[in-house]
Amino acid sequence: MLSRINWIELLVFLAFFTAFTALGFLASRWHVAKKQTMDDWGLGGRQFGTLITWFLVGGDFYTAYTIIAVPALVYGVGAAGFFALPYSIIVYPFVFAAMPRLWSVCQKHGLVTPADFVRSRYGSHWLAAAVAITGVLAVMPYIALQLVGMEVVFTQMGLKATSALLRDFPITVAFGVLTVYTYSAGLRAPAFLAFFKDVMIYIIVIAAIVAIPLRFGGYSRIFHLASAHYAVSSAAGSLILRPGEYGAYASLALGSALAAFMYPHTVTSVLASANGQVIRRNAVFLPAYTLLLGLIAVLGIAAAASGLLVSENKEAVPALLASNFPRWFTGFSFAGIAIAALVPAAIMSIAAANLFTRNLYLEYLKPHSNDREQTQVAKRASLVVELGALFFVLVFPTRYAVNLQLLGGIWILQTFPAIALGLWGRWFHHRGLLIGWACGMGLGTYLSYIQRLQSSTYPIRIAGYSATLYIGLIALALNLLMTLAFSLVFDSLGVPRLQDATDDADYLWIEKQALGTKNVL
Amino acid sequence: MARERKSGGLEMWHYALLGIPYAALLIPSIYSRDTPELFGFPFFYWYQFAWVILSAGLTGIVYWRTRS
Repeated sequence: MLSRINWIELLVFLAFFTAFTALGFLASRWHVAKKQTMDDWGLGGRQFGTLITWFLVGGDFYTAYTIIAVPALVYGVGAAGFFALPYSIIVYPFVFAAMPRLWSVCQKHGLVTPADFVRSRYGSHWLAAAVAITGVLAVMPYIALQLVGMEVVFTQMGLKATSALLRDFPITVAFGVLTVYTYSAGLRAPAFLAFFKDVMIYIIVIAAIVAIPLRFGGYSRIFHLASAHYAVSSAAGSLILRPGEYGAYASLALGSALAAFMYPHTVTSVLASANGQVIRRNAVFLPAYTLLLGLIAVLGIAAAASGLLVSENKEAVPALLASNFPRWFTGFSFAGIAIAALVPAAIMSIAAANLFTRNLYLEYLKPHSNDREQTQVAKRASLVVELGALFFVLVFPTRYAVNLQLLGGIWILQTFPAIALGLWGRWFHHRGLLIGWACGMGLGTYLSYIQRLQSSTYPIRIAGYSATLYIGLIALALNLLMTLAFSLVFDSLGVPRLQDATDDADYLWIEKQALGTKNVL
Repeated sequence: MARERKSGGLEMWHYALLGIPYAALLIPSIYSRDTPELFGFPFFYWYQFAWVILSAGLTGIVYWRTRS
């Protein structure tokens, strides 16, 4: 199969990929404190300014898998796959309102993870453990998916050899690089790399959205051809959303938006910012990436219009790039996508390591361990998480990671009542929240199981109305209902609530006290 | 708390602006149409692209108005 390899493409790919991973190592020396603390390794010292945070959240939220999967879905089903756009629009008003509050309370009390916050707010270590375990479970397949995104690129470059050794070699090397630099530099490494990754992705996408329509003869023609493609295609797709798809479209957009900043890795990049205003400004400027994502999604329509034949939908965009650009540019593009996999994978493994260390190790295995010990444990945990993801991708078929990631999205949404609603008040009893969480997890998993993990929506019928809705949102509805009902029950039975370590003013404490001393950009 | 109470009702009114994108995008029957087209994009697509800008603009207004 080596004959399929284009050497110019591969050399350009290797040159860029090597250069940027070398930069990752340099990052380990960037603004590093003399003694590495948990804040330093796991949150980059909580000092990132508006610009770095913009790149970091951008690198975290718009991943390699997004670049591959969103257009792949649009290519496959048409308009219904476009829900990623409204999702990544409506997420930001929520971020604007909620995340500065989370930042404030975490800064004030030295909290590192979303589960830390729940622990302080409700006083219950069981509830915190539930949030932490959900976070780790949800983020693990997400890391594995970044590897899948990278693998698509290697396949497109002709590196899908018949021998297992050659097939697994590139991805193992790339992940080796990742583990070393996250281990030594912590969150600084992806923050540093995110800048380069984003510049590359912007170049690729802008080139694609200008050059590809020119070759077709304008967007009008792309949509026209795609419409014809969906009309004859055996796949159930359409260029405009059909009435039967409205419920799924809206509920997927809403559920995904509410879940997005419950994920440990997005919370990590939020908590790493220097102050609450940085987060607010980013809620205004991050939609620039949403524009980019929408344009990437349109590439899926272009792939449908071009009548490309691919063995799997996820190969649509790499194949579209390869058929429209010179080889050196596709090499550059593929390096961009591979870097776009490493950045979020690093942040995710750091976030999972933080959760394990703070909410499981420190809580149950070795209480009273000091900051230095915690940092050591977190660094080792990040290695275990990354090797686990690599092992998973190498051993199991790709669809397992995809299915588990769908399930992970449904699960993480079940932490919304404890985390997000806890930012505004303490209406719920911690036991009510725990029961609600368990019911949501159970229903979400059960409905996914009924759908054989092939679909994240489920047709429900209530009082004569029927709609197909996102399973995560159905489960969240039950979760909230049970949380409310059992909070009333426990309160009326007189089961005592636990100590709230936070104060109302802590949530509004937006500016960092020692502002200006360590603020980077 | 003191700061929040001082600027009171007016500030809350600004936060209501953040709800508009939800109403505009979570009811697909508003925009699931072919026409009118813009630059070759069917209405369904350009309407949602327009809301990327509009939503950022509304968030920006809330940011500027609530800056203390």
